[in-house]
Amino acid sequence: MSATSIVSLPDQSTATMPKRHYINNEHGLLSWLLTADHKRIAILYLISITFFFFIGGAFAGLIRLELLTPQSDLVAADTYNKFFTMHGIVMIFLFLVPSVPATLGNFLIPIMLGAKDLAFPKINLLSWYLYMIGGTLTLAALVLGGVDTGWTFTTPLSTHYLNTHVVTAATAIFVAGFSSIFTGLNFIVTIHRMRAPGMTWFRMPLFVWSHYAASLLMVLGTPVLAIAIVLVALERLIGIGVFDPTKGGDPLLFQHLFWFYSHPAVYIMILPGMGVISEVISTFSRKRVFGYSAVAFSSVAIALFGFFVWEHHMFIMGVSNYSALVFSLLTMLVAVPSAIKVFNWAFTLQKGSITFETPMLYAFAFIGLFTIGGLTGVFLGALGMDIHLTETYFIVAHFHYVMVGGMLMAFLAGIHFWWPKMTGRMYPESLSKLSAVTSFIGFNLTFMPQFILGYLGMPRRYASYPAEFQVLNVLSTAGATVLGVGFMLPLLYLGWSLKYGAIAGANPWQATGLEWQIQSPPLTENFIETPIMDHEAYDYEWLENKTKHEVTTVG
Amino acid sequence: MDSALTTPHTHEAHAHEHEHISLPQHRHHFETEEQQREAGSFGMWLFLLTEIMFFGGMFFAYLLYRNWYYPAFAAASNQLNVPMGATNTVILISSGFFMALGVWASEVRKKKTLVIMLLLTTIFGCAFLGVKYFEYKEKYELHHIPGNNFSIAMFVNPQNYPQYPDTYAEKPLAPDMAQKTQIFFFLYFAMTGMHALHMIIGIGLLVWLIIRAQRGDFTNGYVAPIENFGLYWHFVDIVWLFLFPLLYLINRHPLH
Amino acid sequence: MGISPVLWQFLTKWMHGSALFPAEASTISPWVDALYFSLLLMTIFGLVVVGVLLTVFAIRYRREKSPVATQIEGSTLLEATWTIIPLAVFLLMFVWGALLYFRIYNPPTNAMNIYVVGKQWMWKAEHPGGQHEINALHVPTGQPVQLTMISQDVFHSFSIPAFRVKREVIPGRYTTVWFNATTPGTYHLFCTQYCGTQHSGMIGEITVLTPEDYKKWLHESTSGMSLAQNGERLFASMGCNQCHSGNAAARGPNLAGVYGSKLTLNDGSKVLVNDAYLRDAILNPSQHVTAGFSPIMPTYQGQISEDGLIDLVEYIKGLQTNYRVQQTLVTASSDEAAPPTPAAGTTTEMVKP
Repeated sequence: MSATSIVSLPDQSTATMPKRHYINNEHGLLSWLLTADHKRIAILYLISITFFFFIGGAFAGLIRLELLTPQSDLVAADTYNKFFTMHGIVMIFLFLVPSVPATLGNFLIPIMLGAKDLAFPKINLLSWYLYMIGGTLTLAALVLGGVDTGWTFTTPLSTHYLNTHVVTAATAIFVAGFSSIFTGLNFIVTIHRMRAPGMTWFRMPLFVWSHYAASLLMVLGTPVLAIAIVLVALERLIGIGVFDPTKGGDPLLFQHLFWFYSHPAVYIMILPGMGVISEVISTFSRKRVFGYSAVAFSSVAIALFGFFVWEHHMFIMGVSNYSALVFSLLTMLVAVPSAIKVFNWAFTLQKGSITFETPMLYAFAFIGLFTIGGLTGVFLGALGMDIHLTETYFIVAHFHYVMVGGMLMAFLAGIHFWWPKMTGRMYPESLSKLSAVTSFIGFNLTFMPQFILGYLGMPRRYASYPAEFQVLNVLSTAGATVLGVGFMLPLLYLGWSLKYGAIAGANPWQATGLEWQIQSPPLTENFIETPIMDHEAYDYEWLENKTKHEVTTVG
Repeated sequence: MDSALTTPHTHEAHAHEHEHISLPQHRHHFETEEQQREAGSFGMWLFLLTEIMFFGGMFFAYLLYRNWYYPAFAAASNQLNVPMGATNTVILISSGFFMALGVWASEVRKKKTLVIMLLLTTIFGCAFLGVKYFEYKEKYELHHIPGNNFSIAMFVNPQNYPQYPDTYAEKPLAPDMAQKTQIFFFLYFAMTGMHALHMIIGIGLLVWLIIRAQRGDFTNGYVAPIENFGLYWHFVDIVWLFLFPLLYLINRHPLH
Repeated sequence: MGISPVLWQFLTKWMHGSALFPAEASTISPWVDALYFSLLLMTIFGLVVVGVLLTVFAIRYRREKSPVATQIEGSTLLEATWTIIPLAVFLLMFVWGALLYFRIYNPPTNAMNIYVVGKQWMWKAEHPGGQHEINALHVPTGQPVQLTMISQDVFHSFSIPAFRVKREVIPGRYTTVWFNATTPGTYHLFCTQYCGTQHSGMIGEITVLTPEDYKKWLHESTSGMSLAQNGERLFASMGCNQCHSGNAAARGPNLAGVYGSKLTLNDGSKVLVNDAYLRDAILNPSQHVTAGFSPIMPTYQGQISEDGLIDLVEYIKGLQTNYRVQQTLVTASSDEAAPPTPAAGTTTEMVKP
């Protein structure tokens, strides 16, 4: 890349805010609501998913509060059921699925590829509106009186036995599902067609690879959820029995269709997070990611295998023993690419030059917690073990280790890492380190006891429980309080930093990605002229040479 | 800071740089028109893949229940109106044919032909929905719409329905099996209904395309919307080409 | 420490009453626990490996110590190592888990059968001798017990953590699970599949008794009629015996000894007659017509409760000769029309709600 095509950067102490960038390019609310700029849409998403995260978090808090005592004394059982249902629906469909892809992915993928925008900017905006409609419908279901199916909508409970706003919630998920289909579609087309000259597949940052894999899952999995949800709504409205055993329907068919999406959905949630971790680890150890192609291919492998493991949610449901065998085997296979990633991240550190800024702390937390989450997944994949553990708190702990310990930590790592790029300002470092450590401690305190509870046999979704489980539940609730503080802090100091944070400069981390070679915040068109990628991803020598070269020419 | 950055750089100024790429429809974020066109059609193919998965869920349900309740599915399938279905198949294929001609007209920049072809596509699409309406009406009259009014009389006592020769010749079903025809009809309505919904959306888009084609938007070399819509329309055709044999024909006996 | 002695007493009592590890009360428990501890060991080992790598690298290669990074492309050997070793470990766990699964879900042939019906929000257990229990189950030690379970409404899940067994209880089909209790005592019974408002109230107690105590309990809690006897009455009152009379000329097949046999159906397929088959044949007779008979049997869908079906199944299971059928034949005119087909859509009153 020629020295002029990429803006050279002064160091951070002398950095100034660029006069013109995507935020001040246009003014007024409408300029945001009608924008087609991927960066502005990413900001819209960031604000809305943060809102829904705290709604979902409030429900988590209420759940933990109710479980402080064995009796269902804070709220009645049906209210508790609504709590965990809303917690699940909001967190999964309105937070975890869009979290990293719709915010960081939206903001960064075009820039990382050297493009001016995603392939379909208007569809990108449309998917935000779909998301908001889905979110609004969810809130409507909540305000109208809630829904208590559990996020899994198990038939025939959801179709014939509940009197709550199931159809509203189903519509919400249907609409939000199309939002994620369009996001995935946009990413795939962008990655295929919009790469800058010289940006070959194996020069793409691993962040892009993992989003590519996740997008495949979004595009192929979500429509199956959509149709399953439509059938549930139709069965509820018209009352015919496609999932109703008394009319000859098969309730297990719903589970098959539902998990055909909802298991890959887990990978939709975690893969983008893995992409963030690759970027962060590489940057703060100033080293190319160890085994780049192994990490890239493991993302794709996870996506492919991820489609063929759904039945492991149904091992105890009277499926044929032999099909259970096959799905258990495939489940074990899907664990391997995750292990590959973890070891590659660890070895990226080797012989690096490591610093411990907040994103790196979150990345360390991610690796540790994701390792626990992944390995406890092997417990559940092993058939005989699954019988005892499934539908207990063990499974709750397991997927929170992956989703919160993994995805949420990755999300926070990514937000801190790219905050200077998105806003042009630094977050306060010591406060954010405090919040990272707080979250890590709080998280383990919340969910470690739940593994023990699960092995004791405490079922999930219980509003009341036998008294001997109380000590562990109290610990868990205490942990949740700490965790809540850990999650509130970033909201406060990141908000503060918007105005008072230090000016970041273009490349505060001295990272190699294309996004760091342009000003922060970026221009609306990202690049002044199309960059030409003439080096590998994570090429720190290139960065050093470039900087030196420019120091001589500019100075 | 680099001087290039500090100079104000507006959208419009930027668009000017690419003035040599002349089309007004060219979006500034694409490097070339070629790239834009490829991206568009690639996106459309991906969307169709999504659609396949969407219909796939229902096809899966159909296969499962057909396997379980074969006699009910055979009897119910034979009750469907093949002449109407066949007519619709012909109508839909014609509609697809005109759509293909429309794409061609757009490519060779014949505005009038394009508008006529799109109109014909629309008319045949509406005709399909019209026939579908009469089919649904027939089902309604026979109480074959799943729900509270559903009746299995025709399958338990086919001898009472001499006016329906296909059914009349069938062996009566035991009542427990006849109940399962409801599942068939639910899937029939779900699948053809979802297909019809796609047609309705398509017709809405067609109207919009016709208005724009009349303005001459698609006969100046900018064929992508017509092409991509063509892909969508053909996809809808193809779904029908699976639905028709699976729902109507699969259990037909050779002529009695 | 200024902690008040009362509070201290309360705390110690509270901690003491809490559980950290479930009781092992069935023959399968030690096997499950063995796998559990192996998996735990695997997790701790994996965590230690990753943790040590991260810590050592983080300390050794921190910026102060290692100001310049050495770029490394990767290593095929290392990639292969951490592909193959985890794969091998996971495969080992797969095989182990699969063996355990087959052990838990394939009952021994000498298992004693107890029926369980789940409904919102209670468990009903029915012993073959006619003892009924609600949200409770009494079982003897040293005797394999198989549970044949079905749900009347939504999905439930029958879980006994102390036995390490659990199985989904599904509407419309039987599922089974078995265990062999080892230690007398009372243990938790949970419904673990979310089943509606009172899901967390759908709990009960499993009481494990010594064989002697169990006999005593059976004797004390008998309702006077065994399941098979109930079934026999039902068999007569539903008019089943009119066709299934055991006569050579009867319009329905002879049911004596049919249980456990391989039956040829009129479409030529062969099926094993088990509980599930009998239940299905009553509800969906036209799919289960024995070869040589015509499909004239009406469906009993919506007319017999799951408990009634269990009684009938239990009765038919016990029919080893057609002696009792003959005896219960009331008005023996097998030329009479088959019982009238119930009008579609109408629900006649349940025989045994």
